[in-house]
Amino acid sequence: MRNIFLFIRRFFTLIVFIVLQVFALWMLFKFNRLHQATFLGVANEVTGTINTQIDKLDDYFHQGEENRRLHKMNDSLMNLLQSNFDFPDTTERLATDTVRVDSSMGIRRYLWRPAKVVYNTITSEKNFMQINRGSRGGIRDDMAVLSSDWAVVGQVVNVSPNFSSVMTLLHVQSSVSASLKRTGDAGTIRWDGKDPRFVLLEGISKSADVKTGDTVLTSRYSYNFPPDKLIGRVANITSDPATGFFILKIRTAVNFGNIQQVHVVENLQREEQLQLQKETERKVDQQKKTTN
Amino acid sequence: MSDLVKNIFRLAIFILVQVYVLHKIPSLHRFIIPYLYFLFILWLPFSITRIGLLLIAFVTGLTLDYFTTTPGLHAAACVLIAYARPFIINLLIPKDTGEFNYREPSPRAMGWAPYSVYVFVLTLMHHTYLTFLEWMQIGTFLGFLIKVAGTTGVSMLLIFTVELLFPRKIKFRTNTA
Repeated sequence: MRNIFLFIRRFFTLIVFIVLQVFALWMLFKFNRLHQATFLGVANEVTGTINTQIDKLDDYFHQGEENRRLHKMNDSLMNLLQSNFDFPDTTERLATDTVRVDSSMGIRRYLWRPAKVVYNTITSEKNFMQINRGSRGGIRDDMAVLSSDWAVVGQVVNVSPNFSSVMTLLHVQSSVSASLKRTGDAGTIRWDGKDPRFVLLEGISKSADVKTGDTVLTSRYSYNFPPDKLIGRVANITSDPATGFFILKIRTAVNFGNIQQVHVVENLQREEQLQLQKETERKVDQQKKTTN
Repeated sequence: MSDLVKNIFRLAIFILVQVYVLHKIPSLHRFIIPYLYFLFILWLPFSITRIGLLLIAFVTGLTLDYFTTTPGLHAAACVLIAYARPFIINLLIPKDTGEFNYREPSPRAMGWAPYSVYVFVLTLMHHTYLTFLEWMQIGTFLGFLIKVAGTTGVSMLLIFTVELLFPRKIKFRTNTA
């Protein structure tokens, strides 16, 4: 017994070193796998408050660009207003229905919420963004984040009461399903961690007819992202000699360097979709078992 | 100002500068993030205990980690250099801590050449470990070497700039202190 105490006394520094090192690495690997970390919720609140203060100052340097983007967006919405259209045909006219519930309206599927970016980096291989809306503002994990002109930014990975962390497209573990607008071929957007202006579109087969300049949109089959939202444009086409696929370099529509305002989009039917998928899988499994 | 208050201020300044200036600088090259915050650990007084040094380094790293959303990454690297620091000081200046004429490591306390070696070894250690942890999942060996060399170079440049721009007014230790 005495020897054990002597041993601990003698190597106490080394033991403390190893304990701290293991604790740090455990946090790191746990975070890399699950994007959850010890005390991250509390820490998020603290860093968020400081980030908000600094961001107020930083805003003045990007105001012009953001204003232009917003004005353009407003303009495109203005053009959709009913009052811009004329109905020359007398058989067709605009009437206000007195019935409150309109069955032709459809069910709301996506809910958009505005948020402000308070911290953002583009220099590392794992870039995160912090926004000033959290679980109290209705944000939950896996929601889509789009820029102020509706281009894809990333996905929420962590929320605290007032702030949330967003994994941007510029993260080596990010993966977003996408499709080419012209041909409809579907693939996956990833980042190789090299140039913050470009991401890669993988999984487009060599039989597809791709040209530089083609538009890349979000896929219709994604549970998180609303369909047909801009991701970027094809900048460079190389074919992978090892597989039957192209490697397409996509110039992102968002300039991640000066992004300020974002929309967080919630898919209100996500739970239902996931549930359906899970039940289908279970059903198929059961069928397999009974037939075998 | 007491050592404690001075070092708390220093930690706050180093972290703020690292998070809001150095991490936000448009990258010089693809991934060279200029690192400076670990100079805080190099500047801690000689008299601090080794356990204290390890704990302070862990807290320093973790604070930065929570800002950059990389829990554990910088903490691991900081703990490593805090563990190695007393050994390197002993190698360069073989003296007891009580015999130092100055409170903390600085070019004046150690001389420019030993101080440069001290800074260089710890910087290299910090960046090698940090880059190693970051690149375990992706990246090539050549990229790893280039990144370590690049970040170490930039950090050394920054550290010497800071040493020349802000020479610390270090009190000479007297018997009365």
